[in-house]
Amino acid sequence: MDTFFVTTSLLKILGILFLVILPMVSYAVYAERRVSAFMQDRLGPNRVGPAGLFQPVADVAKLLLKESFSPANVNTFYYWLAPCLALIPALITIAVVPFGSTLFGVPMVIADVNVGILYVFAVASLGVYGIVLAGWASNSKYPFLGGVRSSSQMISYELSLGLAVIPVFLVVGNLRLTSVVRYQIEHGWFIAPFIGDWTNIGKWLLTIPMFISFVVFMIAVFAETNRLPFDLPEAEQELAGGYHTEYAGMKFALFFLGEYAAMISGSALVVTLFFGGWHFPGIPDGAHGWVFGLINIALFFAKVAIVIFIFMWVRWTLPRFRFDQLMRLGWLFFFEIALVNIFVVAGIMAFLPT
Amino acid sequence: MAITVPRPNLNWRERLYLPAIVAGLAITFKHFKNMIFGRTKVTMEYPEQKWDANLPEHYRGAPALVRDADGRVRCVACQLCEFICPPRAIKMVPGELPRTDRFAKVEKFPEEFDIDMVRCIFCGLCEEVCPEQAIFLRKDYAITGFTREDMVHRKDKLLEIGGVMHGVVLKWNEKK
Amino acid sequence: MPDEPVPLFTVQIDGVWHQFPKGTRVIEACAQAGIFVPRYCYHKKLSSPGNCRMCLVEMGMPRLGPDRKPELGADGKPMINWMPRPQISCAQEVSEGMGVRTNSPLVKECQRGVMEFLLINHPLDCPICDQAGECELQEFSVEYGAADSRFLENKVKKPKAVQLGPRVTLDDERCILCSRCIRFCQEIVHDDVLGFVDRGSHTVLTAHPGKRLENNYSLNTVDICPVGALTSTDFRFKMRVWFLKETKSICTSCATGCNTIIGTREDVVYRQTPRENDHVNSCWMCDHGRLNLDYITSERRLLEPRVLLGDKLDSSDWNAAIERAALQLRHFPGWETAMIASARLTNEELWLTAQLARALGVDLIDIVPRSGPGDDILLSEDRNPNTNGARLLGITSEPGARLGEIAQAVKSGRVKALLALHENPIETGITAEELSNLPAFIVIDILENAVTEKATAVLPGFAFVEKRGSMINGKGRLQRLNRAIRGPGNARDDWEILRDLLQALGGSNGLYSIDDVFRQMSDAVPEFSGLTLSKIGDLGVQVLRARGALSPLAEAKETAVPPS
Repeated sequence: MDTFFVTTSLLKILGILFLVILPMVSYAVYAERRVSAFMQDRLGPNRVGPAGLFQPVADVAKLLLKESFSPANVNTFYYWLAPCLALIPALITIAVVPFGSTLFGVPMVIADVNVGILYVFAVASLGVYGIVLAGWASNSKYPFLGGVRSSSQMISYELSLGLAVIPVFLVVGNLRLTSVVRYQIEHGWFIAPFIGDWTNIGKWLLTIPMFISFVVFMIAVFAETNRLPFDLPEAEQELAGGYHTEYAGMKFALFFLGEYAAMISGSALVVTLFFGGWHFPGIPDGAHGWVFGLINIALFFAKVAIVIFIFMWVRWTLPRFRFDQLMRLGWLFFFEIALVNIFVVAGIMAFLPT
Repeated sequence: MAITVPRPNLNWRERLYLPAIVAGLAITFKHFKNMIFGRTKVTMEYPEQKWDANLPEHYRGAPALVRDADGRVRCVACQLCEFICPPRAIKMVPGELPRTDRFAKVEKFPEEFDIDMVRCIFCGLCEEVCPEQAIFLRKDYAITGFTREDMVHRKDKLLEIGGVMHGVVLKWNEKK
Repeated sequence: MPDEPVPLFTVQIDGVWHQFPKGTRVIEACAQAGIFVPRYCYHKKLSSPGNCRMCLVEMGMPRLGPDRKPELGADGKPMINWMPRPQISCAQEVSEGMGVRTNSPLVKECQRGVMEFLLINHPLDCPICDQAGECELQEFSVEYGAADSRFLENKVKKPKAVQLGPRVTLDDERCILCSRCIRFCQEIVHDDVLGFVDRGSHTVLTAHPGKRLENNYSLNTVDICPVGALTSTDFRFKMRVWFLKETKSICTSCATGCNTIIGTREDVVYRQTPRENDHVNSCWMCDHGRLNLDYITSERRLLEPRVLLGDKLDSSDWNAAIERAALQLRHFPGWETAMIASARLTNEELWLTAQLARALGVDLIDIVPRSGPGDDILLSEDRNPNTNGARLLGITSEPGARLGEIAQAVKSGRVKALLALHENPIETGITAEELSNLPAFIVIDILENAVTEKATAVLPGFAFVEKRGSMINGKGRLQRLNRAIRGPGNARDDWEILRDLLQALGGSNGLYSIDDVFRQMSDAVPEFSGLTLSKIGDLGVQVLRARGALSPLAEAKETAVPPS
């Protein structure tokens, strides 16, 4: 392991974490409030700084300065551990996602591991521990119900999440996320595999299961990140905030950040798997100059931003599911559809040349 | 008795939910778009724009003590407002006017009169119950403070908000 | 009481026939029949002058036939000849076959007329009047009066805020000339100070020239004044009566134990008024007892338990204080310990004190007698409220008899530990220097004084308005104190302090509430057998044979004397 690799990796980690993800998380909160306001014919935060742009700074200052309060009769260790567990898995998922081509010859991915997507699932599913622990350690009925809901919901939707992406890797033949991007550059984005290869019937046929894959994956990500219409663990109206009812100050903020970080990493995965990652037709990669490298990174995050907007858009449109509806949808609909989808793709792969 | 709520019979298109979801997304997006392009009339932006001039005549703002045209504090500390106040926001200490006072006939006056504006619910019962026409709800509504102590309106503050009330019954004059 | 039976008269009231003993006043007969007749001048403990005219009713006598026998109607009852003009029901006694109408149109018209006359010159100053809320003029005005005044002329001006005496303030404009106060002074106190002067609407109540209303019962005139004319200077403008939470209790300023109502708001005592108990105090109480409340809110109240640590008396928490105090007591054998208890303590506290003495093996124990001039009305010469309780529970046989012995033992150094409960040992002849030389000097009291500074442990207790318990008055009547307010600061109920001391000395004793203490006491003391604190009731129970004559005001015949 040479110094150059260590240095660049550290730079990538620090850069992506402190320059991109954390600002993005805090501004996602701001964006959420503004977008929701606009959709409801309001103004949203517009007081702190120009157009309210410094609102996240004010929020963070407020949350940091608040009293770090623990209610009586909580299990202190787990009560403190839970917010960390909620944030960290969401952040380290980003490690294997390629967020750019190359910059000065350095690949723009923190860890280009060959188990790529498996790592993502392994780490992302740890996020549920934060919520379950919070629900249990709070020693209060609403958080407890939130924690219970969360664990059953996560387990249910993890299945669809995993099954939905199998077709993508069937086609790519590799679990490495950089390979997925590379494949899409060469053969067209998975959301529309026929582009550039208009006469290939196999590609056209592949479009249908790929679209189904995308929809199921997208919905499963909604459920995994506890976003409306699947935010039953929080459910302000029924559970008074669910698992984080008993939290305040920076501990509460960590839950909040964790949720948004999970949303960002989920969006990054969607972009990587179905929208060609950092690629855009006609724009060369970083090998053609550092300007293009930067443009690739910008492209990637622009796509992520669009997906995040869709997250918000859906949230401020749809009402919350009832819990039995949610479970039925997960187990009796998405699970089957994702399963059948795998066989359809496999069939197309076997009988039709792509 | 259990009541069975009839469920609507949905056709397959409705059962798919997707058209309804798409329609919903379209609606929210339309609002979003209109807002972005400034076509939506937004709410009044409060601190810059105010509606004070249009407040109704009997608007119930901060309760306050008034003086009459003679400059007498009208309150005689009968404590009926303290009694009626639902959130118990009013506290007073009655006192006896010295014999040399200009208004000695009234005998009693509020030595201290506090209204805790953190507690006040602006219900106006104090105004309604007052037998002396001494307490009125004024149009002040922006009552702020940095501490709870700030939020307690003392007698001088209440008199300052209240000012002079004209056209009230003058029942304590010497002839009566 | 004559032994021959009192004859019963049959009287018709509002169409219903009732029977009343001879001599019953019509107004009382109506009250017994459940019909309230409004009245201002009439008071059941005073004579009836009949000058307010509020109690007017229609009356009639049986119609007599030619044979001088009452004519009977279709229902077999006498027919009644109604008098054309209404009569006052307070001055009239019932007679056989009498008829009374209390709600006929004529009566209602009369009541409305009387109310209108009374209100002609009455000022509309209810907002500043202390009587408002318990004012009969207000109440009857609503019940029987008219809503509007027809009086357009100027009201008569009369003196206001007149100091009739040191404790009573008079507002003549409010006076409705009922003369209750005049009759009270004449008939109950035999101190003729008040009277009416001038004529017509200019009549005013005033003290006779050269006299002041300064007898020890003057504040009772305030209680019986149906309007706000007589007000207590002490209570004047302090608090409106509708805020007061009323707790039934007894006065502890002398051995009479007058029944009282303590008016409190938010843990502040504002006034004490007498409560009717014909066995004890009729409807009255003396000003001395009524106003003896100042010390409850004194700045000198002990608020924190304090124990001697090193050479400094330091604030402590209760557990530590009790532990230290018990340690100090246990350090000396019983014959080196003395206890000065108090007849101001309740029976329950005295019972626990006796137990404590037994647990420590203490023999030197007594109470401090306290006496002052009595009168033949209510005030007793014994100014301790519970001397009989201390006697009964074996704290003392003759109050104060052993105090000299205790003082001597302290002086000689034989007694090394002294426990003083609500008493100041200086009063028993022990000097401050001797107290500061005591190795263990534990004080349970409510007020700080020079002596508490010399103590090795100070345990703050409760005043009488802050505790529940029982006392036996000078006439042997067991009466109950009720808690009116919470105690101040970190002070504690005395029985709890004693219970905890007992526990620290001898382990658990199963006493969790004051009722437990009384139950334990009633098991051991035959005079209390079968009683509980609740069973004592508001009027008390006679448990000892009355020593000497009953108070002249105690009208009821004593019956409940247990076998001795």
